Amino acid sequence: MTHGARIELAAMDVLMVRLFDDIDESNMSWIVAADRALRDAFGDLLIDLVPSYTTLMLHYDCLRLTHGEAKARIEAVLSRLEPAAAGLGRRHEIPVWYDLSVGPELERVAERTGLSVEEVVQRHCGRDYYVFALGFAPGYSFMGMVEETLAVPRLKTPRRRVAAGSVGIADRQTAIYPLLSPGGWNILGRTAVPLFEHARSGEPLLLPGDRVRFMAISRSEFERQGGNTIPLEAAL
Amino acid sequence: MSHMTHSLLRVVQAGPLALVVDGGRFGVRHLGVTQGGAADWVSFHWANWLLGNALDAAALEIVLGGGLTLEVEQDATLALAGADLDARLDDRPLAPGTTFAVMAGQRLSFHQPRDGLRAYLAVPGGLATPVVLGSRSATPREQLGGPRGDGSALGDGDRLEWNPCQVRGRRLPFGSAQGVTLRGNQLALVPGAQIGHFSGTSLYRAFNATWRIDTRADRMGVRLLGPELRCRLGSMVSEGIPMGAVQVPPDGQPIVLLNDRQTIGGYPRLGALTPLAAARLAQCLPGKEVGLMAISRERALASYRSCLEAFR
Repeated sequence: MTHGARIELAAMDVLMVRLFDDIDESNMSWIVAADRALRDAFGDLLIDLVPSYTTLMLHYDCLRLTHGEAKARIEAVLSRLEPAAAGLGRRHEIPVWYDLSVGPELERVAERTGLSVEEVVQRHCGRDYYVFALGFAPGYSFMGMVEETLAVPRLKTPRRRVAAGSVGIADRQTAIYPLLSPGGWNILGRTAVPLFEHARSGEPLLLPGDRVRFMAISRSEFERQGGNTIPLEAAL
Repeated sequence: MSHMTHSLLRVVQAGPLALVVDGGRFGVRHLGVTQGGAADWVSFHWANWLLGNALDAAALEIVLGGGLTLEVEQDATLALAGADLDARLDDRPLAPGTTFAVMAGQRLSFHQPRDGLRAYLAVPGGLATPVVLGSRSATPREQLGGPRGDGSALGDGDRLEWNPCQVRGRRLPFGSAQGVTLRGNQLALVPGAQIGHFSGTSLYRAFNATWRIDTRADRMGVRLLGPELRCRLGSMVSEGIPMGAVQVPPDGQPIVLLNDRQTIGGYPRLGALTPLAAARLAQCLPGKEVGLMAISRERALASYRSCLEAFR
C-alpha cells in the first residue's frame, strides 16, 4: 500500500482517507484502485464516496456500521491496495473549437506566456490530461497537468456566466464547463460534447483516472457537431 | 407523469423560494452532484410523519413565505411542519405541526417568518415529480429535480400533483420534538482532523464567541460573522466536503456548508455540525446569534439516534 496513508475524522459519519499530500499524476492509479476496493468493501453500507486529487471521502451508514468497523474496513483495503494498472481508465478525444469568440482568454494566455494564439492552442492539445476529480457541477472534471509554460492564474473577477461546453485553464489545470455557470477560468474554446446530459443520466463521460486529449477543430466541424457558436461575451 | 396523478395545488404566486425536496440525492457525490434535499430534515420528517407518509417522501420546502399562494384544486388532507411563516388557509391561521383538510377553491398562503425560516408542506404519499439521479429534490444550480426535473424552483402557474392514497392523519405526541430545530442557539460540532492546525486563540474564540448569521446564507452555505479565526493551513488540495462542514477561508470568517454545497473544496475545517445542528442552522434568519459547541462523535451519534427514535 501507499506509505503514510491516514484515516481522518471529517464528520459524525464521514471519514477522510488521505493517501497523498500533493497533487501528482501518479496518484491517480492509487486513487482509482482505492475507489474500487472501498466500494466493494462497503457495499450498501456506503452512502457516498468522493475521490479527489489526494483523498477519498467516505460517508458510511452510521446506523448500520460502527465507526470502528468502518475504520477497520478501510484499513483492510489499504493494507492490500495495489495501484490500478495504467490505462484502466478510458481515453477520450474531445474536439474543441478554439476561437476568440468563444475563447476570449486565448489572447490573455498568449500575452502572459509570450506565445502566439496558435502555439497556445497547439500546446493545450499537445498532451493527455488525467481526470483528477469531479466537482463544482455535475460532470465538471478537473484535469491536469497543463504544460508549465501555459500556467496562467484564474481571472481576478470570475465571470457570472460561462457557456456550457467552455474549455478553460487555471494554473496547471484544465476543465470543461458542463452547463452554464459562473466561473473564473481562462476560457480558450468550446466543445459540443454533451457532458451535462451524460452526468444527468448518472453515467458521466469523464471519470477520475480517465485521460483526455483535446483536438482542435474548425468552426464548420464544430457546427456540424451541434456546437453553440454564440460568443461567450454575448448575453447568454 | 402518470394518468393517476391528481392536479391538486396550483401556484398562484410563487413567493421568494419554494423547492420540491426529499431526503436528498445520494450515491452520486462522486459525479460532482450535490446532496440537496430538505435543509431542516427534522421538520421535513415531521411533516411526512403527520400524514403517515414515508419520512423521505417529497414535500415542499417554503423559505420565508413572502406571499407564496397555492390554490387547492381537489379536496385533500395536508400537513405543515417547521417554521411559522404565518400560514393561512383562506383567512384561517394554520399552526405548524398539524394536519388540516383543504377543499377545492381554497387558498393556502404563506406570509412572513414569525419563528424560523423554512416550513415544510407535505401531501398524501409525497409529491409525484420526476425522479432525477435517484431523487426528486430540486437543485437549481445543477438543473436537477423539481417539478419538471430541470432544477427549477416553484414558479407561477406550476401544478403540484401526487398519487391518490389513503391518509392516516396523526396528531403530535405530547412533548414531541416537532419544532426542536427552531429552539436553542448552540450548534453542536464534531471536531475534524484539521482542528489541530488552528491557533489556540482561534479555537478558544471559535467555541466561546457569539457568531452572527450573515445575510450571505443559502442552501449552499451560511457565513458566520465574529472574531477572525486563523489556521496554519492556507488553502489545501481540494477534497470532499461533508454535510455541515465548518470551513474557514483566508478572511477568517467561517462558512458552514449545507445541503447544496459543492462536492469538493479546499479550505481548512474546524469539523462538521451534527445533523441536528445543521437542521437548526437552516432555520436561522440572518442576524440571529449562535454559538459553536464541540461534542464527541459518540455523543453526536447518540443524539442523532434519539432524534430518529421520535419518528418510530
